[in-house]
Amino acid sequence: MERVSKIFSYGKIRTETAFKRTLVIIALVMVVITLGIFITLVVHAMPSIKALGFSFFWSRTWDPVSNVYGALPFLVGTLLTSFLALIISVPFSYAIAIYLGEYKPSGWLSGLLKNIVELVAAVPSVIYGFWALVVLVPIVRALEAKLGVATYGVGIFTSSLVLAVMIIPYAASLGRELIRMVPSALKEGAYSLGATRYEVLKHVILPYTKSGLFAGMLLSLGRALGETMAVTMVIGNTSIMPKSIFDPGNTMASVIANEFTEADRSVYLAALIELALVLFLVTVLVNILGKMIIKRFSNE
Amino acid sequence: MESTIVSSRNFNAYFGTNHVVKNVSMDIPKNNIIAVMGPSGCGKTTYLRCINRMHELIPGASVQGEMLLHDEDLYSLNPILVRLKIGMVFQRPNPFPNLSIYDNVIAGYKLNGFKLSKKERDEIVEHSLQKAALWNEVKDTLHKKGTFLSGGQQQRLCIARAIAMEPEVLLMDEPTSALDPISTSSIEELMHELKKNYTLVIVTHNMQQAARVSDKTAFFFLGELVEYNDTREMFINPKDSRTQNYITGRFS
Repeated sequence: MERVSKIFSYGKIRTETAFKRTLVIIALVMVVITLGIFITLVVHAMPSIKALGFSFFWSRTWDPVSNVYGALPFLVGTLLTSFLALIISVPFSYAIAIYLGEYKPSGWLSGLLKNIVELVAAVPSVIYGFWALVVLVPIVRALEAKLGVATYGVGIFTSSLVLAVMIIPYAASLGRELIRMVPSALKEGAYSLGATRYEVLKHVILPYTKSGLFAGMLLSLGRALGETMAVTMVIGNTSIMPKSIFDPGNTMASVIANEFTEADRSVYLAALIELALVLFLVTVLVNILGKMIIKRFSNE
Repeated sequence: MESTIVSSRNFNAYFGTNHVVKNVSMDIPKNNIIAVMGPSGCGKTTYLRCINRMHELIPGASVQGEMLLHDEDLYSLNPILVRLKIGMVFQRPNPFPNLSIYDNVIAGYKLNGFKLSKKERDEIVEHSLQKAALWNEVKDTLHKKGTFLSGGQQQRLCIARAIAMEPEVLLMDEPTSALDPISTSSIEELMHELKKNYTLVIVTHNMQQAARVSDKTAFFFLGELVEYNDTREMFINPKDSRTQNYITGRFS
């Protein structure tokens, strides 16, 4: 009894309460900053929202000189580059995830591959832009010459290629983790019935991880939608609506990066900020959509 | 005279440099229940997993010696073929969570990409579930997920899944250790039924279970096969002092 009263002190209870409060406050700061960004965007985009209304979304002409701001070419450019990049990257991400998660979790090649995938995510995007400019642009130009289309070299397709490389790590890392987490009891159950590794992968691992693999795809898509620098360097920066994937174009992010310093009128500036707001909302939408689909998958 | 179906000759198994099964030679007679018992870490599960070549799935695992199925060396056959001939039931019931009861039973065919007609599928499902003494309990809920069943039912579903492939030998790795006493006794009854068509090798850490269900018992200790005899004989009159100590509970 004596000892208990010595060990117990109200001081330690106060420390506990104070620590918990600090954690809550720090967590709230995050929420406030995110909301703050949204509010700032809405406030600064207001002049454009008021002046242009919905025509901002469906007008195909972006001509700051004549004070005409239609964002459709950039919406199309953003969605086209991102989805194309996703389609190109998925086979690579999943192949890496399967190789590292199931076929060869350790060994020198796996160690190397795992580190390189992590490195790919850490390389600054301007370096990818530079690499795309020097290496991808001539290759795409040669391809365009073969196909008999205008040989710009830069454009939607080139941007998608560099984006595809940049987003591989997101789906690959998550996929690898998920595949490693498949209970070995299930895999062994399938092996004991005479399944090959490929059959185990197809009938046990992929069905078990499908919602997570889909989530990885969305992570990659989110990254592609927002990527700015590398895309700006190779997309060609034209505000004309692209007619094919080999045309130059612009994404929302690349327009903002390119034209922000030139925006000399308040509506021009507000229109660019409205683009940022749209990009913000599209990214949020992709995330919510993804979470909903994952929920439906996991309820099945 | 009973005929031998599986036999090992000077068989050794390793995890890396760790020697876990040491020089084991034993003959397993057809249509018998063989209990493999021994304290934790004695190599009994590893030995079982060598019979259908599951041991080698673990990185660094290796084996040495002969393991024969009808005088044919299992380790010269393709492991997939071996596993089709020798089925397995695991310690914890592991039905596939994304499949219905029906699809779990024919999972082996699906996994192997073997096409069956609707009639054949229905027949295999009913036949296997009946043999696993589960048919009456699930015949109206065949298209529900297998994971909705109780632990004991799930284990019988796993037995049905294994015997749907019509293996010659059924290996069971402590099949009742995760189950309650009632489920355990129903699985034990089932073993007696299954013996008519299959040869069963059961790993158990439960001596009473070995005594209740098996025809022959193998006692493993520190990776060695200490004693292998008719179950009754072994429990009444153990030859080796280590066996005697184990069955009288002097160590476990």
